[in-house]
Amino acid sequence: MQRKVHVRTTINNQAVEFLCEPRQSLLECLRDIVGLTGTKEGCNDGNCGSCTVVLDDRIVTSCLVLGVEAEGRKITTIEGIAAGNQLHRLQQAFLTNAALQCGICTPGFIVAAKALLDSEPNPDEERIRLWLAGNLCRCTGYDKIVRAVSECAREAKA
Amino acid sequence: MKWFDYAAPKTLSEALALLAAHPGARMLAGGTDLLVQMRAGRKPADLIIDIKNIAELNELRYERASGLTLGAAVACYRIYGDAAVSRAYPSLHQVASLIGGTQIQGRASIGGNLCNAAPSADSIPLLIALGATCRIAGAGGERVARVEEFCTAPGKNILAAGELLVSMHVPAPRPGSGASYLRFIPRNEMDIAVAGAGVAVELENGKFRSARIALSSVAPTPLFVREAGDWLTGKPVNGESIAGAAEIAKAAAKPITDMRGTKEYRRHLCSVLTRRALETAVRRAQEVQ
Ligand SMILES: Cc1cc2nc3c(=O)[nH]c(=O)nc-3n(C[C@H](O)[C@H](O)[C@H](O)COP(=O)(O)OP(=O)(O)OC[C@H]3O[C@@H](n4cnc5c(N)ncnc54)[C@H](O)[C@@H]3O)c2cc1C
Ligand code: FES
Ligand code: FES
Repeated sequence: MQRKVHVRTTINNQAVEFLCEPRQSLLECLRDIVGLTGTKEGCNDGNCGSCTVVLDDRIVTSCLVLGVEAEGRKITTIEGIAAGNQLHRLQQAFLTNAALQCGICTPGFIVAAKALLDSEPNPDEERIRLWLAGNLCRCTGYDKIVRAVSECAREAKA
Repeated sequence: MKWFDYAAPKTLSEALALLAAHPGARMLAGGTDLLVQMRAGRKPADLIIDIKNIAELNELRYERASGLTLGAAVACYRIYGDAAVSRAYPSLHQVASLIGGTQIQGRASIGGNLCNAAPSADSIPLLIALGATCRIAGAGGERVARVEEFCTAPGKNILAAGELLVSMHVPAPRPGSGASYLRFIPRNEMDIAVAGAGVAVELENGKFRSARIALSSVAPTPLFVREAGDWLTGKPVNGESIAGAAEIAKAAAKPITDMRGTKEYRRHLCSVLTRRALETAVRRAQEVQ
């Protein structure tokens, strides 16, 4: 019999329960069931990184995770990055550096870049580019994105 | 994706029982191959068995005497994040950091890379060169196979119905040994190898005591070129010997022409990549000597 599964998880530090089909990706569950639409779908096959979320302590592409795999785990999405109305400094740096155009890739870049800065506060440009190799942007040409992240890395150093 | 059921057994025996009861089941490790293929309508399954909660498949243990036990579901980031493993096997550290990008490495396992049996799989030539073996479990018991016997055709492996890969074992690095994997891709990261070479050498008194060489993306399966390594045995460690082995590897390659490259180009790459990988492996061997 085809039965939905009850998943208990923590999303952005809040206990969240949802009911999903085993075949639904975590991306679909977040967007279509939980209503957190900040996480974007680009390619739906793991290549573009726009669906990046933090699962426990690692960034993953949520299009390649099943919703049922979230049982008992901790997820951080783009909605969990700002503190209320206070933008995270990475978000601010993306704005001041004009590091986005259409914006589809931006949530993924910010979640991924924050994970880098959380584990390594002072990455150099090469490290930033390597870490973000799994995030694609069709608009900006990357330089402004790398500049925004570098600025935050420099701030951490200062 | 078509409907399927999901199970996440906590023990190996539970997983094997599920597998025996559901011939149409498929194993889920990191899902970075499986979910892409299922979404594309390939690899239909009525049950997905998530194997990440099984202790044996999560084991990552290095001991100086016995070598490395690498659980089939261990994700790449755990390999390159493990200082002892990275020190003992710099080549494995290297391969775990070049599969996909950061997000993929948070999920993708070497066991999945092997079971998926792509000709281009980056970890397989290195596992072959390192002399790794596979621990396979089924309802009837366990068996061990060498990695070079594991892949049988593109996407096909030796696992029989009801069997799964538990772990891989990599022998302890011997004094004077070194290994490396090198691939060619048009981008710097996140691409499928046009060709790749995995090599391991053991040096003694300025000579090759032994060598093993395997190639990716130039045959229907990852290709073990036993004769290239055998030819090196007893030869002096120098550029001439290395170039000779690289030519043998090139001659063994059976590439096809596709959008990533022509067969002539791929053959050329085999010799260049084998030579460079051997140079790195020799350097590593000399560093630990
Ligand atoms: C964006 C992207 C980039 C990639 N880059 C690379 C790359 O650079 N190099 C490369 O080689 N690959 C790459 N891949 C392919 C893939 O990430 C790797 O092959 C990865 O190692 C697969 O591991 P997994 O744990 O995700 O496997 P899964 O997708 O979970 O499994 C793969 C297959 O093996 C089977 N399986 C898994 N574990 C077992 C087991 N223990 N016993 C029996 N069967 C099992 C599954 O049923 C499935 O058929 C990339 C994929 C994506 C999406
Ligand atoms: S939508 Fe998940 S990686 Fe592109
Ligand atoms: S801003 Fe459009 S894809 Fe990056």
